[in-house]
Amino acid sequence: MSTPQQPLARRDDNAVADTPAMIPLVDVTEDEAGITLVADLPGANRDTLSLNVDGDTLTIEAPLALGELSDLQPLYAEVRSGRYRRSFTLSRELDSSRIDATLRDGVLTLRLPKLEQARPRRIDVRTA
Amino acid sequence: MASSYLRFPGDLFADFDDLHRQLDRLLGSRTANSSIRAVQRGTFPAVNVGVTPEAVDIFAFAPGIDPGKLDVTIDKGLLTISGERIAAAPEAGAKVNVYARERSAGSFRRVVSLPEDADPDRVSADYRDGVLRIQVQKREASRPRRIEVKDAR
Repeated sequence: MSTPQQPLARRDDNAVADTPAMIPLVDVTEDEAGITLVADLPGANRDTLSLNVDGDTLTIEAPLALGELSDLQPLYAEVRSGRYRRSFTLSRELDSSRIDATLRDGVLTLRLPKLEQARPRRIDVRTA
Repeated sequence: MASSYLRFPGDLFADFDDLHRQLDRLLGSRTANSSIRAVQRGTFPAVNVGVTPEAVDIFAFAPGIDPGKLDVTIDKGLLTISGERIAAAPEAGAKVNVYARERSAGSFRRVVSLPEDADPDRVSADYRDGVLRIQVQKREASRPRRIEVKDAR
């Protein structure tokens, strides 16, 4: 076991901004109505998770909250950063104003619907 | 169109990082641990261990698991965390394109060796926001203690 010098999870906000963020692992799938993005964010909670759409860039950012950690000395650490951050470039047919997000047990599920006019449509042929 | 969705700044570096790690694994060098990106692909869940004067705290970063299906056992100073993560399978017949499948699924198992002064009879485990926190109390005898000096005059 190594003894890393970094604290287990930084509590100081300034220090959090300095540490390189972890890149959350994601699953991305697309169906006819839109794109579903599932991201693993263990330790992130609803109050501090931030989802931003700036132009065509979607950014997921969240600090790692592990609860009460006073006088905890790290012995071994695989997770060494105090926050998550990952950005995605959205394509034009996605409706960024109707993004739906749920966070449960550290898993973020984002639903990015396509614009109505971008969805495949079946045209009914009527018999005259 | 679809592939452009995944081209984001930093992707290239993430790829390099992953490649670097794979090379390190292949060549038997363990320097990869010092990587600034702490998430090690293929190791699930990631584990952090910390100690306080009273207890040993183990954090397992295991998001998206039913806490009832997590199995935590202690045997001869070895703490084992095992469980299974079920992949959300797309409905059969649905037209679904998959662009990224980075999240792992299936059963997992991790073993952590506990310090000698850990008391296997006093353990608590709770699961919150995808993090399993296991607290193993230290034996009374090994806790730091203040010894009072009596005035014998």
